[in-house]
Amino acid sequence: MMIEELNEAAERERDRQNQFEDRILCCTVAGCHSCGSKPIRAAIAREIEAQGRQDEVELCGTGCLGLCGEGPLVKSRAANAIYARVQPGDAADLVAGRHDILTSKRVDNLPFYAGQHRLILSNSGVADPESVFDYIAAGGYGALSKTITEMEPNEVVEEIKRSGLRGRGGAGYPAGVKWELVARQNSPVKYVVCNADEGDPGAFMNRSVLEGDPHRVLEGMAIAGWAVGASQGYIYARGESPLAIERLTTALQQAEREGLLGHRVLGHKFQFRIDLRIGAGAYVCGEETSLIASIEGQRGQPRPRPPYPPERGLWEQPTLINNVETFAAIPSIILNGADWYRKIGSPNSPGTKVFALAGRIVHTGLVEVPLGTTLRKVLFEMGGGIAGGHQFKAAQTGGPAGGCIPSEHLDLPLDYDSLRTIGSMMGSGGLIVLDSTTCMVDMARFFMEFCMDESCGKCTPCRAGTVQMHHLLHRITTGQGTESDAATLEELADLLKETSLCGLGQAAPNPVISTLRHFRGEYIAHIREHRCPAGSCEMRREVTV
Amino acid sequence: MKVKTLEIDGKLVTGGPEETIFQAAWNNGIRIPRLCHIGGLSDIGACRLCLVEVEGQNRLLASCLTPVEEGMKVRTNTESLRRYRKLLIELLFAERNHVCAVCVANGACELQDLAMSLGVTHIRVPSQLPHLPVDISHDRFGVDHNRCVLCSRCLRVCDEVEGAHTWDIAGRGRKSMMVCDLGEPWGVSQSCTGCGKCVQVCPTGALFLKGKTVGEMRKDRSFLNFIVTAREKHIWIR
Repeated sequence: MMIEELNEAAERERDRQNQFEDRILCCTVAGCHSCGSKPIRAAIAREIEAQGRQDEVELCGTGCLGLCGEGPLVKSRAANAIYARVQPGDAADLVAGRHDILTSKRVDNLPFYAGQHRLILSNSGVADPESVFDYIAAGGYGALSKTITEMEPNEVVEEIKRSGLRGRGGAGYPAGVKWELVARQNSPVKYVVCNADEGDPGAFMNRSVLEGDPHRVLEGMAIAGWAVGASQGYIYARGESPLAIERLTTALQQAEREGLLGHRVLGHKFQFRIDLRIGAGAYVCGEETSLIASIEGQRGQPRPRPPYPPERGLWEQPTLINNVETFAAIPSIILNGADWYRKIGSPNSPGTKVFALAGRIVHTGLVEVPLGTTLRKVLFEMGGGIAGGHQFKAAQTGGPAGGCIPSEHLDLPLDYDSLRTIGSMMGSGGLIVLDSTTCMVDMARFFMEFCMDESCGKCTPCRAGTVQMHHLLHRITTGQGTESDAATLEELADLLKETSLCGLGQAAPNPVISTLRHFRGEYIAHIREHRCPAGSCEMRREVTV
Repeated sequence: MKVKTLEIDGKLVTGGPEETIFQAAWNNGIRIPRLCHIGGLSDIGACRLCLVEVEGQNRLLASCLTPVEEGMKVRTNTESLRRYRKLLIELLFAERNHVCAVCVANGACELQDLAMSLGVTHIRVPSQLPHLPVDISHDRFGVDHNRCVLCSRCLRVCDEVEGAHTWDIAGRGRKSMMVCDLGEPWGVSQSCTGCGKCVQVCPTGALFLKGKTVGEMRKDRSFLNFIVTAREKHIWIR
């Protein structure tokens, strides 16, 4: 496809779609898959045939519609409505357009949707992730064509820098600065790597983006390739999300077939290929130097930085590594400009962020909100509050590397800097809600167990220290803990934080440090009184100190 | 060759452009504790004992991997570094079975030496004492995984100096273990040349010569210096 043909293709696809009276979009992302979206889709297909409405109603899949806890979700374009918990029996009404009967299942009028600002998820409920033309019809690859025809590489870097976009992988490093570092390297071979190794428990943002809108990530990577002077990209995806791999494979084939990637991108003198690499399930491979080792075919272990990947990365060449969501944010920044992007979100953290709401909350699912939105708004307005009538206790952000936000900080704006001030971190966007029945010590123990199992074993503090910390937390949650255990725990936490080789070990004690900071009382209750205030730990009361 | 001047523990020292902080300190009589580092092999920065404070850096840096820079101010022996090192040694002792009294390397063990020089008098964390195998299937050598500290010196000497790469690490985290080839007994290893370099570089009693009993195993590392100098400078010293 040449640049001129892109608009024609978009036009043609839009005309084709508009011929239909209604377009029924079934969510085809893992969450809905697991609650039976496939039979629903089959039922709707059968119904279209039975009612003879093949020329009036089009059926297709789409990206994550948001309310993952209430699937299967189906959207109707004509009624502009999203229906939750759809049953095969609803297919007849959906196809016939009897939307008044389905009103009770309608969810798009919930505050869950009203508070969202969808940029990264903008194609969810609009486009089919398995069709490149659907993506093109929604304006896809427009940003790529704009970059390679109208912008010099350094202008692209400048634009991303001005947009203030921060890496969505967790640390929040300014993306533009990283791009500039790679662009500045004087090397004929450079790489662009997309880190899709999302392994935090309770986080499913990246997976949903890859399953729901894979072309957006490919487009973002190609723009990055143009900006930094790379002609090869890699996506490091997780073997545990086969659907994402399937969608990516389809998307890559389509993009190459249509000349959107490959030898001559859009007929222009710009070569950019993307290959897929599948991880084997090690959490540490989300750390950039381990990820590089894994792509190279080595054991997935980190190496000390510096040198940082922008200087010496994949196969010793300058390498740009960004998260899925960072790349997915690029096309809209290029199309609408950095100034437009800066107006969204808070001054130091512009843009939107996708959060995965999980845990004891009414509405589980994906929300995309401007950064700087308060936690209260996300949890209580959009998330619908705490499930089961319990009290809110804390929200865990950043998974095993993050910390908790207790109720007194509910009005804290969710952005990179604010979370750091209270000892938590943004992480990749997992937001696990804990209520009064959750024991914070036990939660810290759970995350420590995770880190202990996922430690690669290279450096001493992480390999041996996580085991000891887990042992101490286990003692405390079973009522055998002593005051000196708590002191050792704190000493080990400091050791791991300061001396570990990579981010995994350095961040492993964060849940302990943060729960000790905000919920020290619970530790004391376990140790001195052998009781669990949340009532979730099985205490061995007979053990006395 | 441009020489760099830096300050280590308040002492002005010079270092070559390719030198690390560790080497510069060593050449000037400042001994930074280390376990995974051994002169002549590549460095991996895994044991974390050689961490130092560098002024202007917010993180501790592994001195074995950090090149010297002009005007650098390094502290190698502060109160907090000593505390961290001590705790790291305790973690190593508690990780497997390091009962010196019944070890072949007693009296000539780097872990033991480090513990003594850092003033480790007791271990505050519980010993994990995993049940790990002892492989004495080789004619002349044995490996006791209970004494291993996973420094990977054996792996590197086998790979970089002998060129056999018989040793590697299997598993991850606390389940990490040195393996021969694809986990076969040492005695049937197809790649092992039987050179014994791994035994000599091992800092503890994990790798030993058969026939040595408690406190008898002494390691000779002069071969490493000989081979490395011969390779790099084409000078045969003996």
